[in-house]
Amino acid sequence: MSSVQLWTLIFVVLSFGLYIYIAYASRVTTTSGFYVAGGGIPAPANGAAIAADWMSAASFISMAGIIALSTNGYGGSVYLMGWTGGYVLLAMLLAPYLRKFGKFTVPDFVGDRYSETARLIAVVCAIVVSFVYVAGQMSGVGVVFQRFLGVNEVLGVIIGMVIVFLYAVLGGMKGITWTQVAQYSVLIVAYLIPAVAISQHLTGIPIPQVGFGQIMGELNALQAEFGLDPYTGAFANMNMLNMLLMTATLMFGTAGLPHVIVRFYTARSVRAARFSALWALFFISLLYTTAPAIGAFSKFNILNQIPGTAIGSEPGWFKSWQDVGLITVDDLNGNGIIDVAGGMGEGFELAINNDIVVLATPEIAGLPAPIIGLVAAGGLAAALSTASGLLLVISSSVANDVYYKRINPAASEARQLMVGRIAMGAAIVVAGYLGINPPGFVAQVVALAFGLGAASFFPILFLGIFWKKATAMGAAAGMAAGLATTLSYQIWTLPIYGGSDGIFGISATSFGFVGMLINFVVTIVVSQFTPAPSETMQQLVEEVRYPGRSELVAAHANGVIDDGDLELDNR
Amino acid sequence: MDASRRQEYWRRNLRLMSVLLVVWALVSFGAGIVFVEPLNNVSFMGVPLGFWFAQQGSILTFLVLIAIYVWRMDKLDAEFGITEYEEEVRGS
Repeated sequence: MSSVQLWTLIFVVLSFGLYIYIAYASRVTTTSGFYVAGGGIPAPANGAAIAADWMSAASFISMAGIIALSTNGYGGSVYLMGWTGGYVLLAMLLAPYLRKFGKFTVPDFVGDRYSETARLIAVVCAIVVSFVYVAGQMSGVGVVFQRFLGVNEVLGVIIGMVIVFLYAVLGGMKGITWTQVAQYSVLIVAYLIPAVAISQHLTGIPIPQVGFGQIMGELNALQAEFGLDPYTGAFANMNMLNMLLMTATLMFGTAGLPHVIVRFYTARSVRAARFSALWALFFISLLYTTAPAIGAFSKFNILNQIPGTAIGSEPGWFKSWQDVGLITVDDLNGNGIIDVAGGMGEGFELAINNDIVVLATPEIAGLPAPIIGLVAAGGLAAALSTASGLLLVISSSVANDVYYKRINPAASEARQLMVGRIAMGAAIVVAGYLGINPPGFVAQVVALAFGLGAASFFPILFLGIFWKKATAMGAAAGMAAGLATTLSYQIWTLPIYGGSDGIFGISATSFGFVGMLINFVVTIVVSQFTPAPSETMQQLVEEVRYPGRSELVAAHANGVIDDGDLELDNR
Repeated sequence: MDASRRQEYWRRNLRLMSVLLVVWALVSFGAGIVFVEPLNNVSFMGVPLGFWFAQQGSILTFLVLIAIYVWRMDKLDAEFGITEYEEEVRGS
């Protein structure tokens, strides 16, 4: 066993031990504890948990590489702006009001505010989006185990499943939340240390956000030398229309994803929900402002070290990633030298997988073995924390929204908990299976999930709070229209299905925003012609807008007002 | 709080939100995308300004926007005498 493997093993065992200890210490016995941690998490901790929940294997492992390798550099900005800008929308438009409503799940709000039909559509959306996401996390776990510990990928996924099972099933949302706080700490330390070291090494400035400006001129010159678009050049990969639409789709999609929204139910109060959003974006921005710097530094190092190297004399890190197939060299012109002129990727002499940029940063920068081990533990923390948050959404949707609300409303607290735990266990098995046998289109589908989130959830949540006259039929029609148009457009334009150019050249990943506008229009128009919500419901919406205690909301939350009264006029 | 005070509270909340969301759109869709090419003629911290907004500036601005929102809402709550916040959470 090499020293890198030994250190990786030490960090992985230590961090996993910590997660399980935390879960044991915060195990729960009530449904409220299982679904929303009893609504008692302080804002900074909740913010860290949101950050860990939100930042997946994609953010930690892939994003810097997507910016540096998949696009010219500037093109990757859609992810940076899209995945942070959504928090402004969440903080102002959704979080405080949904927290005041005081329920367990997103379908809970949709069902109470609108109708049972709308609740069912919401349940299906929540489960589909969550499964798509969680499959990607599980395969991320497999990749890290395979590369850093030499473990078989399948065994890696199974180890991940067992760990998540232990702390998520035992501790529910309370266990997950406190574990995520620990996971955030692990992943941010693991991300920042190599970034600071590489910035210091290349520029003499230990702050990567400042340091990357120092090499940008040279990097642009290097890219020009090899015939690549300039790193900072605008609209090299994507035109302005698609940049705008995709950024908007990711922003509104972020605000519409159930596993993010549900985190605001765990805050202690409405005020704590607002502060949670602030803390969350603060913790997220530490990684999101560092990622573009890591991308630029790695691209700079790769372009400086690799082109012109004779095959057989590449640096050590290059060879070890070649061994696991994430770097491929194909000497097309047979001169025994790696040429990059003209481009990189499939069909060129050198193809580098996006995931390497972060995982190999410490090796490229020549950092010692313990830091490499720490990065592996960080990647695992990012994947596991997101997986557990998603699994909770699936479990609560099945146990609370389907089993308790639809099948057996007389179920005791203990029985609901048991159903929740069984649903969670089953979801973990399905997620693990999807992680080991990812359907070929999983990568595209993750990007598409944001479009679906934006087109289905955001408008009806927003209108449910900001427009008292939004009706049940309007919401159901709007959700169905947004979802149907977005899904059909995506299928029509994706290369693996229709491969059409679409309308105005709008790409599949950018269409979600258009679907969202359709949802808005349909909901508003249908609401004009259908019976208005009951007086009590309008009064309730009014009350949700005020952060102070109010009797109607409390009565509704405690079930004193029959849900039937609220919906009577809707039918 | 009576009905007219509530309306006043809600109106001021909406006004604050509108201002902040205009800034939100200006830095991301504006400076980061629509006006990126002219802004790129200016250099800031070693990188073209439009590029800087797209990869750093917009994220930092988002953070400041939420901070202002949280701070102003606290002040608004205090002004309207809201000291006790809803903490109830129940699923059924």
